[in-house]
Amino acid sequence: MSVAITGRRVSAGLNQALHDLFAGDDRLFLLGEDVVDPYGGAFGVTRGLSTAYPDRVLGTPISEGGITGVAAGLALCGDRAIVEVMFGDFITLCVDPLVNFISKSVTMYGRRLPMGVVVRCPVGGNRGYGPTHSQNLQKLLFGVPNLQLLELSPLHDPRRTLDRALAGGEPAVFFEDKVLYTTPEYRAGRIDNCLRFAPVDESWMLVDADDGPADWVVIAPGGLVPRLLPAMRAALVDDEVLTRALVPDRLWPLDLDPVLPVVGDATRVLVVEDGPAGGGWAAEVTRVLYERLWGRLRHPVRILQPPCAVIPAATHLERDLLLQSEIIYRILAGGDDG
Amino acid sequence: MDTRSRVSWSAESTGPPDGPAVPLSLDPTDLDMLLLIRHVELGLLKLFAAGHLGGTTHTCLGQEYVPVALNPLLQPAFVFSNHRGHGHYLAQFGDVAGLIAEVTGREGAVCGGRGGSQHLYRTGFCSTGVQGENVPVALGAALHFRTSGSDSLAVAYIGDGTWGEGVVYEALNMARLWRAPLVVVVENNGIAQTTPTSRAMAGSIAARAAAFDVRYAHVAVNCVRTIRAELAEPLRQTRAGAGPLVIEFRTDRLGPHSKGDDTRDPAVVRELWERDWAAGYARAYPTEFASADERQREFVAAVTAEVLARPLVGSAAG
Repeated sequence: MSVAITGRRVSAGLNQALHDLFAGDDRLFLLGEDVVDPYGGAFGVTRGLSTAYPDRVLGTPISEGGITGVAAGLALCGDRAIVEVMFGDFITLCVDPLVNFISKSVTMYGRRLPMGVVVRCPVGGNRGYGPTHSQNLQKLLFGVPNLQLLELSPLHDPRRTLDRALAGGEPAVFFEDKVLYTTPEYRAGRIDNCLRFAPVDESWMLVDADDGPADWVVIAPGGLVPRLLPAMRAALVDDEVLTRALVPDRLWPLDLDPVLPVVGDATRVLVVEDGPAGGGWAAEVTRVLYERLWGRLRHPVRILQPPCAVIPAATHLERDLLLQSEIIYRILAGGDDG
Repeated sequence: MDTRSRVSWSAESTGPPDGPAVPLSLDPTDLDMLLLIRHVELGLLKLFAAGHLGGTTHTCLGQEYVPVALNPLLQPAFVFSNHRGHGHYLAQFGDVAGLIAEVTGREGAVCGGRGGSQHLYRTGFCSTGVQGENVPVALGAALHFRTSGSDSLAVAYIGDGTWGEGVVYEALNMARLWRAPLVVVVENNGIAQTTPTSRAMAGSIAARAAAFDVRYAHVAVNCVRTIRAELAEPLRQTRAGAGPLVIEFRTDRLGPHSKGDDTRDPAVVRELWERDWAAGYARAYPTEFASADERQREFVAAVTAEVLARPLVGSAAG
């Protein structure tokens, strides 16, 4: 189940996107722990920025809540600010400024105040970091007025995602699956000799092999792409199951309208999310699909999420708990009836 | 008169305001502003009792002199206020109608009725209702000023109780590291809602500032002219790049925290009213005080009546 590797890694693309953003915006700041050179952040994503822009790329004390508030003050004065949180698990420390101040300020003062703040956070497991450095906590911030939730994807140009986030004046949290950093980014619509992709609109990417009728439509955020693509490819090659995947770079606000025709044409629908069940993105996607496509869906929508459990540190235990390519493949190939 | 003993750089943060035996006479505009704030706050309590306000309101009765003394020293500044922010707002803008319209949801509301008492915004002013949240935000504004060549200050108003919040310390630490033009004004009224400061704060505010090597001023007087004379220089230094400044005002909250939630012994509250700046000024300058008091009472009553006759704000804005 291998996928051909092409081009640069996702972290290099993200790093280039940040360099481009700074080159074009002299009132853009970046704040975070250990983001300065030569380290350039725990995952190297900010490398080179502090050397090029020492006054605006600030290594901070271990104060996630404080620096998120600082970003808000910069934004209120007309600047833009990116906060890097070293591990997405620590987004809990940023929730007060995000929920009670930054997102609310866009409209609570009776006029529109642009709040150009993006909080970037590496999320997800499969790296052996253990219970407090491996989670997908997107659901904690779901449905907050004026707060966008974005997710890094190897199919999307991160420059475009960040541009949209900063230009709209609504703050955003950018979830970056940390396994993506070391995986290839895909460009020019080609994944390998089997799979291709194309934009549906500015957020949704559609991945498939050809125009034939789809046995499955899989809806999944960007972090799952490296596990989803091999499953799709194997199901096609080994089982002649055609899967069409829909991958957004924005989780919230959720707009399914552009992809409803694709979903409605599929025989079966699978929604996959790395966060555990109990509210969240997959449940919301599924709710909207039932509301909009009732009568057209041929089977119940299938949701795949890991069990609601603390993520173990031991590599084999972590692997067993979290979603892997094999379970997605088994569902697509019809070998797992859930 | 020796004012050094009353506005000091290392004084203890405890004890009642130690006002001059005879307060210095005030410029009429300052006295008018002090009494304007007083009558707006008294009026809001009446409006609440009459059912014109929803939710709650936190009055700054007894603390009016703090923003009135500071206001001319804060030009220019971006002020980040808190839940008890009416006086801060009025001292900066004098906008009685906009404030009363905001808290009653009437046309002309400064934030379209969306923010209410605790969430006010105008260029150069922003208040919000979560304790301590405004200090890092003010630091962000200070960072903006420092990096854009502005000589503006960023000012965060907090209370004694706000020192329970961790982000205050995070922000002070960074403010000192960055030598940011941040001023933290602490209105230490000795009580956080119903909890005396002594039960919620170990150590002192002065020691907290010292721990971060942050410059600190202690103000134990309620005389506007004395305060201004003493604070002009430290504020100028912060503006000029000397780094953040914590100013602790030892003040009194004459009213309840919000509405009817004052658990203090009535005798204690009576004592506070007797040592209130207004009582002291009325004793020293009875004719001048009575005339200004009557003028502002009538002005606020007239504005309030006019605002209450306005239509409710629509739902379109915001």
